[in-house]
Amino acid sequence: MHEFDYVVAENLTEATKLLSDHKGSARILAGGTDLLVIMRNGRRQAKLVIDAKKIPELTDLSLNDEGLSIGAAVTCRQIWENTELAGDYPAIIDSASLIGGIQVQGRATIGGNLCNAAPSADAIPTLIAYGAIAHIQNSDGQRQVPVEEICQAPGQTSLSEDEILVKLTIAKPVAHSGAKFLRFIPRNEMDIAVVNVASMVELDSEGKSFLKARIAMGSVAPTPLFVKAAGDSLAGKEVNDESIKAAALIAREAATPITDMRGTIEHRKQLVEVLTVRTLNAAVARAKGEQS
Amino acid sequence: MSKRHHVTTTINGEESDFLCEPRQSLLEVLRDVLKLTGAKEGCNDGNCGACSVLVDGVLVDSCCVLGVEAEGKQIDTIEGMAVNGELHPLQKAFLEETGMQCGICTPGFLMSSKALLEKNPQPDEAEIRHWLAGNLCRCTGYDKIIRAVQRAANEMAGEKV
Amino acid sequence: MTTMDKKAEDLRVVGTRPVRPDGADKVTGRARFGDDIHLNNMLHGKMLRSPHAHAVIKSIDTSKAEAMPGVRAVICGKDFPVIEHKMVAQGEAGLADMRDISDNCMAKDKVLYDGHAVAAVAADNPHVAEEAVKLIEVEYELLPPLMNVRASMADDAPQVHEHSFPGAFIAPTEAHIANASRIHMANGDIEKGFAEADHIVEREFNTETYHQGYIESHITTVDWDSNDNLTLWTSTQGQFEIRDNLADVLEIPIGNVKVIPMEVGGAFGGKDRIYLDPVAALLSKKAAQPVKMAMRRDEVIRATGPSPGAHIKVKMGVKADGTIIAADYHLAYEAGAYAGGPIFLGVVSSTSRYNIPNLQVNGFDVIVNKPKTRPYRAPGAPQALFAVEQVIDELASLIDMDPVDFRIKNLTRSGDILLPGFPLAPLDTEALLQSVKAHPHYTAPLEGENRGRGVSYTMWFNLGAITSARLSVNPDGTVHMSSSNPDMSGTRMTLAMQAAEALGIDVAEFSANVPDSDSIGFAMPTVGSRTTYSTGIVVIEAAAEVLAEMSKRAAMIWEVEPDSVSVADGVFSSGDKSITFKELAHRMLDTGGPITVHKTGSPQSFIPAVAAHIVDVEVDVETGKVEILRYTAFQDVGKAVHPDYVEGQIQGSVVQGIGMALNEEYFYDDEGRLKNASLLDYRMPTSLDVPMIEAVILESPNPAHPYGVRGCGEISIIPPASALANAIHDAVGVRMDSMPMSPHKVCAAINNKS
Ligand SMILES: Cc1cc2nc3c(=O)[nH]c(=O)nc-3n(C[C@H](O)[C@H](O)[C@H](O)COP(=O)(O)OP(=O)(O)OC[C@H]3O[C@@H](n4cnc5c(N)ncnc54)[C@H](O)[C@@H]3O)c2cc1C
Ligand code: FES
Ligand code: FES
Repeated sequence: MHEFDYVVAENLTEATKLLSDHKGSARILAGGTDLLVIMRNGRRQAKLVIDAKKIPELTDLSLNDEGLSIGAAVTCRQIWENTELAGDYPAIIDSASLIGGIQVQGRATIGGNLCNAAPSADAIPTLIAYGAIAHIQNSDGQRQVPVEEICQAPGQTSLSEDEILVKLTIAKPVAHSGAKFLRFIPRNEMDIAVVNVASMVELDSEGKSFLKARIAMGSVAPTPLFVKAAGDSLAGKEVNDESIKAAALIAREAATPITDMRGTIEHRKQLVEVLTVRTLNAAVARAKGEQS
Repeated sequence: MSKRHHVTTTINGEESDFLCEPRQSLLEVLRDVLKLTGAKEGCNDGNCGACSVLVDGVLVDSCCVLGVEAEGKQIDTIEGMAVNGELHPLQKAFLEETGMQCGICTPGFLMSSKALLEKNPQPDEAEIRHWLAGNLCRCTGYDKIIRAVQRAANEMAGEKV
Repeated sequence: MTTMDKKAEDLRVVGTRPVRPDGADKVTGRARFGDDIHLNNMLHGKMLRSPHAHAVIKSIDTSKAEAMPGVRAVICGKDFPVIEHKMVAQGEAGLADMRDISDNCMAKDKVLYDGHAVAAVAADNPHVAEEAVKLIEVEYELLPPLMNVRASMADDAPQVHEHSFPGAFIAPTEAHIANASRIHMANGDIEKGFAEADHIVEREFNTETYHQGYIESHITTVDWDSNDNLTLWTSTQGQFEIRDNLADVLEIPIGNVKVIPMEVGGAFGGKDRIYLDPVAALLSKKAAQPVKMAMRRDEVIRATGPSPGAHIKVKMGVKADGTIIAADYHLAYEAGAYAGGPIFLGVVSSTSRYNIPNLQVNGFDVIVNKPKTRPYRAPGAPQALFAVEQVIDELASLIDMDPVDFRIKNLTRSGDILLPGFPLAPLDTEALLQSVKAHPHYTAPLEGENRGRGVSYTMWFNLGAITSARLSVNPDGTVHMSSSNPDMSGTRMTLAMQAAEALGIDVAEFSANVPDSDSIGFAMPTVGSRTTYSTGIVVIEAAAEVLAEMSKRAAMIWEVEPDSVSVADGVFSSGDKSITFKELAHRMLDTGGPITVHKTGSPQSFIPAVAAHIVDVEVDVETGKVEILRYTAFQDVGKAVHPDYVEGQIQGSVVQGIGMALNEEYFYDDEGRLKNASLLDYRMPTSLDVPMIEAVILESPNPAHPYGVRGCGEISIIPPASALANAIHDAVGVRMDSMPMSPHKVCAAINNKS
């Protein structure tokens, strides 16, 4: 690997200062499961690596009446080990518990997953479906951005050189809502998503019709995609196979995948449809308090 | 050469320190600097688990951790698994169930299995398979590894009562 | 030695399950593999590899790399001696040209595949070496890559090797086949045969390139000392093959080379060839320091020896009564960048299971711009069987016959003359298939949608060939056993068990090792399921000599005729006198000195083995994903010396076969660059991808071995692909003509059907 320097940032001010001093040649290190791998294989270079795991705001995981706040350096393992999370945010657990294997989950962070901006990232569709907000710090202060506005291209985010992701927040889900994340991989573990989909639904109190839905998917475009139209198509519709299928077809149309070693265009399009149906059904089941 | 860092850490319960460049992984430091060659390199990118160690009790791939990150941490490696020459029940079970062939993956599987049993002392087959999915074995087909973990779990449960 | 033959019921040690001697070091992390060597003053070498699949090297400029601080030596192709073309035997893979072997270690004028080595650097640490490699400038002139057998064999295909050896590996060859040599075998009258058939099935198949996937990379450490003696530490299947090839490639006397075999972290056929070794040697010579070279995982996948992709056509005709009357196979296998792939073994394994009166096979060994193929567990067989066993399944259903009965009806049996012209050695083929039928799995109900069951049957042949072993009795009655064959999965134990059996003592009395190439007689590498069988025979013979010598010592002590001394279960006796093995060992030094027997031999090859598998699957028809519900593997091993190890070999083979069948493959882009050279994207099965594998061991004794051992290390990798294909067909009614049967292909097949 090429040479670089390493420093532990103790707080946000220090981190943003280091970032702005280095003008693009510094990288934040969270779990390193992306950064170290791509620096090693030469796809990314950095003169300075700033370890952000000691910054208090980044390591905080809190759950209260407002909602959920996930510090950018909170690991997948900390998330799935937190039993309180499962009730209101099951799809976050879905994502966190299938990124890599146990070893990777011990290091990999949700923040790193977002900032790495891979088209196949398994946490991003879930964050989008939940309508998560990214809190970003720079030398001037903080700004808040919906997660769907972060990824710009493979490996590229809308964060500027001197910015650091602090945390992700999700408003507490309303009653009768549920969400589900699924991905398709050829193996059962340790694979990059051929397609992944997250769906979040809000139902009426009887569970008969959709009030609202958000659907997002990955590995089908240069960035994870928020398919607003697919979710919107469900608003006001009855919960049945027909409405779900219609939403899935919209998602399928929105997908613009490529053929590569992980899948073909045809297969990916079909998977979008299949996973959209499956996640919607599962989200509905969760909204109704059924096991799924 | 970039500045070397002086890192103070605890390895298998004993305080230890070393010098390393930031670009050296924890795996490299263990193997090449400290000559603890029990953790193995199979891929150097997090996909095989042969380099598994515990950092502050959390199972990680040491190839995906920097050596400098070990500062102030507790590192556990396969070298610390047998205590005073007495094999851990998992080590015994891997021997008795022939949970290994070539043995290159074995230290990693043992570290992962130990971490599993500490968290879940009585895992079923599915739980074991899930937990060990980050460790690749090309020789055994996993069958006897799973049985070894089950056997150790049973023996450890027996010891407790 | 027939005198050492034992009936199964008389065996005391063979067939038990003792804990292996090398095991403790492996569970404590102390076992020393290739990478666990750290020498004083040692440098680290790294390789520059071609990013192109096919190109002429116009120039190489190493000056910037040489100038980098910490760099101690840089070499490229011109630092290698120019060696003559020379054919050498290479284990189970037939012949190879020594010049090709040299060129494969480092390209001279042309690069022939993505990842081909072109230059190397030795530096103070691996990072410096890696950074220095990036400073080497190479100018290439690109040539069109030939990435599959059909492209290479096309009439207008450019010739890859100007100086090619037509028929280098298999002769005679028709000169007009571009980039390929051909093997042809036939019996009967193929036209007449098909004319007599009631049903004919004709299918075409493709299979991809696979890697053995051992978890330990290729690592070698070489010390070229001031006296021009080379010591090399490496994990290999054959210390002698490495030694001899290295001497040939470097044009130095074999006597100057010592190879120390380390623990082998998996090999499966892929570690009996030099890659890094001569490069590290030349770097060590230049720098006058020891050099370690370790491949990264991507280098292992890109540039070592995978198994061949293939294009296969199968035509088979059957009579209404279930007799297979005619078959015609076209097997075109990739050789890789140099001639000499496993086509012959493909031909043999695809033609030996069934008695087909009119049978023809055309096999082709085809040069492509991919790494030179090397054996991978039952080399050449899984490809052909994927095709043939699916057609067998289709024929059985056409005539409405149970697929196992159909196979039984057409089985070859002991004594039948196989297509290559030799008779099938004793083996109970029918017993194996009857046990499949009798097993509860075969008749277990399989309820639920999109579920199916498949079977497959295969035959494979195990090697004998040259091997050596030594037994040394110690004064305390313990015994040192040395095997010439590196131990990849417990053969030190299985050999010690055979020695213990033969000597009549406890296996706990043994210590077993694999010496360096200076310290034991020559042997072919650990390949072809041979060690427990072949080295086993030599060990048993050595034991007989040890007993004979010890009987003489007893006779000397008792002052009786040596002939009057008999030995049983470790006790020597003559008349009313008796002495134990241990007591006699105590007297060794005052009765004539040490007792050490070194034995070499070349046991018979082509020892047949058979296996049949049953698998149940469930197919997700919406995604194309195949889940394995249940797996049972039946295998005849002659005699299971250590049943745990045999089960382990079967289970490991099955899971590798499943990997090939479902998800592994080399994925090249149009320019011939490998896109998935990582363990993330080269998808080997994880523990979550497979169920428990039930191994059913059958034992029809091999008369060529005193205890009936056949060898068991390879065969069970063959049936999984065809068994799974047949199960998928049973589940969802589609025939898979392309391996791996990855989800997108299964999905496409299902969509095409409906
Ligand atoms: C074996 C293996 C398996 C994997 N499997 C999966 C999988 O199944 N699904 C999946 O989605 N991913 C997978 N990954 C990729 C990776 O683990 C995840 O993307 C992970 O979430 C990244 O988190 P991290 O903390 O390790 O990020 P890091 O590697 O530390 O960082 C990733 C990127 O984000 C930047 N960054 C990190 N934190 C911040 C911040 N707070 N502010 C600004 N920039 C920041 C870094 O500079 C870097 O560019 C796998 C990786 C490996 C090695
Ligand atoms: S070497 Fe670290 S996971 Fe493979
Ligand atoms: S025992 Fe060889 S890789 Fe697991």
